[in-house]
Amino acid sequence: MADEDILFHHALRLGDDALILGQRLSEWCGHAPMLEVDLALANIGLDLLGQTTHFLNLAGEIEGKGRDADALAFHRDVLDFRNCLLVEQPNGDFAETIARQFLFSNWQELLMKEIATGPDPRLSAIGAKAVKEIAYHAKFASEWVVRLGDGTDESRARMIAALDWMWRFVGELFDPNVGAPSLRAEWDARIARTLADAQLEVPRPRRGVLGGRTGHHSEYLGHLLTEMQFLQRAYPGATW
Amino acid sequence: MTDVRWPLWEVFVRAKNGLAHKHVGSVHAADGRMAIEAARDVYTRRMEGVSLWVVPSSAIVASDPKETTDLFEPAADKVYRHPTFYTIPEGVKNI
Repeated sequence: MADEDILFHHALRLGDDALILGQRLSEWCGHAPMLEVDLALANIGLDLLGQTTHFLNLAGEIEGKGRDADALAFHRDVLDFRNCLLVEQPNGDFAETIARQFLFSNWQELLMKEIATGPDPRLSAIGAKAVKEIAYHAKFASEWVVRLGDGTDESRARMIAALDWMWRFVGELFDPNVGAPSLRAEWDARIARTLADAQLEVPRPRRGVLGGRTGHHSEYLGHLLTEMQFLQRAYPGATW
Repeated sequence: MTDVRWPLWEVFVRAKNGLAHKHVGSVHAADGRMAIEAARDVYTRRMEGVSLWVVPSSAIVASDPKETTDLFEPAADKVYRHPTFYTIPEGVKNI
């Protein structure tokens, strides 16, 4: 693959991760347990959407076929999306949303730090801006993991079940071919620290489910795209 | 969900260094750290501040509305407490 092609796919993966998780979080808007949490989740979703715009615009620029972030977000089908499977998992209960965010944001923060000091100035500029936002997302999710894990019997049981479900999608983040294997040790250490604070055990290692990075998604993504893309599909180019 | 009543926290924001923290409202949160995060999300989304305080609302002692007359009205006829009450002699530059 030519350098430009590698860079295009890299930007696409980063943009798709942020886009799909941002869309997932927006589903909480108006439904979160409290106003404070509602705003926090919407804020995080909007941060991710901002990152999406930068990464997908860059991907479109590199590709050179006249596609911008909107075209890439709204006019691609499931098989063309390159997000990891973790971010497309449904919101579930609050513990599942928090588990997904906790695992993802801690990974994304390490990744963005690496990108911020990377060789491509366009990518590193986006990474440097995003890393501060993501550090807060990771903090927010980690605080909630501790509150739920070390909370009531019910919150603890839900947190354990949520981590158990999401854990199968961790392997993809560090896959030698499509992930960032060099970040695994630091990520493991961060996760273990928070889980110890939460009086929770680190889930047993398990072979990760792969597929997102090559377009083989779960059934959930199609439903998400149906809702997200409806307007632009029904009224192409619509603005307000 | 079950009906959870988290404690209420009063939120104070310092708009910039050198200014005092100012009361802006309140948030619900299980504890102080979470209250800071909730306050950050609710009250500083648009660069309103550089520092946050949260105080348990239950820690605030308020004056009794019934005593308003006793507490505050006596000040009403003491105009000499305002600096504008005094005329400054001509020729005095700083006072």
